[in-house]
Amino acid sequence: MERNPIRRQLAIMRQSLFDQGHVDEQFVQLEELQDDANPNFVEEVVTLYYRDSARIILNIEQALERKPFDFRKLDAYMHQFKGSSSSIGAKKVKAESTLFRECCKSGNGEGCMRSFQQLKKEYATLRKKFGAYFQLARQAGPVETASRPK
Amino acid sequence: MRVERVISDENDSFPVGMRVLAVDDDPTCLLLLETLLTKCKYNVTTTSQAITALKMLRENKNKFDLVISDVHMPDMDGFKLLELVGLEMDLPVIMLSANGDTKLVMEGITHGACDYLLKPVRIEELQNIWQHVIRRKKFDRKDRDGSGSQDKPYIDSSEAAGLGNVDHNGKFNKKRKDQNEDEDEERDENGHDNEDLSTQKKPRVVWSVELHRKFVAAVNQLGIEKAVPKKILELMNVENLTRENVASHLQKFRLYLKRISCVANQQANMAAALGSVDSTHLRMGTMNGLGNFHTLAGPDQIHNAAFRSFQHSGVLRRLNTPAGVGISGLPSSGLVQLSPVQNLGNTSTYQRKLQSFVIPGNHNANILQGMPMSLEFYQLQNNRAASHVGQFPSVDNTTVLPVSSISGSLIDAGCSNSPLLGVTSNSLLLEGSSQLPTLHASNLRDSVSGFPNRSTLSDFTSIAPASNQLHGSKADIQDQAFPISCNAGKIISSAPQDWNAPKKDAPYQSNVPSCSINSLRAVNGDMAQLGQCLDQNNPIFNRNVGFDFVDPLSIKCSEGENLAMEPSVIEKEGYLMVQPSRQGIYIPDNEGENFAMEPSVIEKEGYLIVQPRRQGSYIPGNLGSLEDLASAMTKQDHDKGKPTDGDFGYNDYSLRTCI
Repeated sequence: MERNPIRRQLAIMRQSLFDQGHVDEQFVQLEELQDDANPNFVEEVVTLYYRDSARIILNIEQALERKPFDFRKLDAYMHQFKGSSSSIGAKKVKAESTLFRECCKSGNGEGCMRSFQQLKKEYATLRKKFGAYFQLARQAGPVETASRPK
Repeated sequence: MRVERVISDENDSFPVGMRVLAVDDDPTCLLLLETLLTKCKYNVTTTSQAITALKMLRENKNKFDLVISDVHMPDMDGFKLLELVGLEMDLPVIMLSANGDTKLVMEGITHGACDYLLKPVRIEELQNIWQHVIRRKKFDRKDRDGSGSQDKPYIDSSEAAGLGNVDHNGKFNKKRKDQNEDEDEERDENGHDNEDLSTQKKPRVVWSVELHRKFVAAVNQLGIEKAVPKKILELMNVENLTRENVASHLQKFRLYLKRISCVANQQANMAAALGSVDSTHLRMGTMNGLGNFHTLAGPDQIHNAAFRSFQHSGVLRRLNTPAGVGISGLPSSGLVQLSPVQNLGNTSTYQRKLQSFVIPGNHNANILQGMPMSLEFYQLQNNRAASHVGQFPSVDNTTVLPVSSISGSLIDAGCSNSPLLGVTSNSLLLEGSSQLPTLHASNLRDSVSGFPNRSTLSDFTSIAPASNQLHGSKADIQDQAFPISCNAGKIISSAPQDWNAPKKDAPYQSNVPSCSINSLRAVNGDMAQLGQCLDQNNPIFNRNVGFDFVDPLSIKCSEGENLAMEPSVIEKEGYLMVQPSRQGIYIPDNEGENFAMEPSVIEKEGYLIVQPRRQGSYIPGNLGSLEDLASAMTKQDHDKGKPTDGDFGYNDYSLRTCI
């Protein structure tokens, strides 16, 4: 158990990310890749993700403004988005992308819009949570996934 | 199990330091991949562009041991990169994708990927990728080294792990199992094999006709299921032939068989579905030049598909006859299946459109005209002389159209993302290529003369007749000239609103001398191949079969070449419907030119099924069956997100005809 209160809080935050279904197993993989050589790996990846995926989100938004919907394009964008989201372990976001793609496949424009709104919400929520998490992490110092004697 | 490391020439501590080139346009994934690979102690180079990757690889062929590439990339299709790397550098390539559809994986295999990983990639999966390098090296080394036997680098466990990684596709697994089994067998023989091989220093084996015959005999004897390279080798009893040679040949052979069987299945399906259609359908006999019908996918609609008129009379006649379904001008009673048009609209719209279909002169009741040509079933008249239908590269996702003798030509449309169905005599040619030359309306227009009023040209995508004797041989097709007899059919299309393609008036020529149709152009990548249409899970065809039809018609979608044919052409939305002129071609009796029939049209999934209906004439099949067939044949796969789906037709393609 973490003695350091910050660390402890960090651990709690982290656990809630999992418990609430925001992140999945893949996130653990990211954490495992973080080590002394790569001390801020997780944060780097997540930051990169948000930066890059913002572009895709924008593309999708624009595409959704053009009627009729170009489902193929929308699907292609979402496929890309889903790929990155799954790479960082963003579970809810990924699930929502899947739904979106289903709507694209069945040509369900309404469904697409709804799904996309939901997706943006999850995306934003997760970003906030990550933001808080990493901020705390920076305060706490290097986060260790494996317990190491101090 | 012991795990042994093979001592590689380059690096003693292999797989540590194995040089991997990682390609992925997604920076998040790329960073992740890089970190994972580094963690596996490989030497990683990354790039987000396929083009850069190719450049790097070409600069120095020995710079890398392995390439990992994403499938979906903006600058180049991952499979294309895969092919190129395999061909030019002979490096093992692993594909990576968030999409694990069987079809995609299959495509990966056919393009030569040695593995297919699903995103997000786990480190365990990457830890074993070095085996692919060894495997490849091993065969090379065998030939090169004179030294004694190598210790087997593979271990069952590692192979099993490798297998375990690839569980997206059972088939894939099985293939690997076969490979692994082969390797295991080889392991045993390794001792003395090495010496034999090394002394022989065999060059590449050329599979002569004789050799292949022996091979096939051996396989037949063993039964295709049980045919394993070792046994085949024994049965063949040929000197200087190695098990590896047989193994790779067997693999190719299996692919070939699958392709054939797909075609056969397709035909069977067609036959079954057609039901009321003339039973002579699906006769693959002579196919006259059937143009390609292709359903173009893609946002920019279907490109022109030139529908070539069929040479022989009766091609069009079909329209009139009860059995006349489908493209007029298909003389034989074969069925021509077109790749399903993406959106099967309601028939009523089409019917309206078809109304104003006018066939001047000889009524090439080209059904194609304005009719949503779901050239799905075209019944070719039996009695039509069938000229050969050239094979058109078919785009993936198009179904194979069985066409018996179809004279004339079908439009082949080639556009990026347009599936092109090739119709060939006796064989379906499927080309997968993204650039399928298509007949532009303009092309057709120029070449077509004499049609007073054609408002629009519809482009048809190619119709790929599925022929029983589907050969993949290019030779067959290439030599075929598809005379296009275009008759002065006029196609009038009432411009339906949904036609957003530029409406062009196509000067139709009457009495077009036959033009050979070489519209089959290898379409790269995206084109579905016949095999594909036949078997969704069989993307084998989706390859550039390098069809090079010399097409006097110069059908090329991007080039405004003159289409030397003079079919009546309806171009719409990239669909070019050509009404073959009637030189001896069937012309509906009532020559009323007005093909006032209201073909029922089923447009579905990019397949346009046209059922020309002549008053009182037979309406082939009922829409229902066509639809069923279409649906059976089509499989929508949007997941792929790219045109080269293994589906029939392109999703985005909607074939519209305007009449």
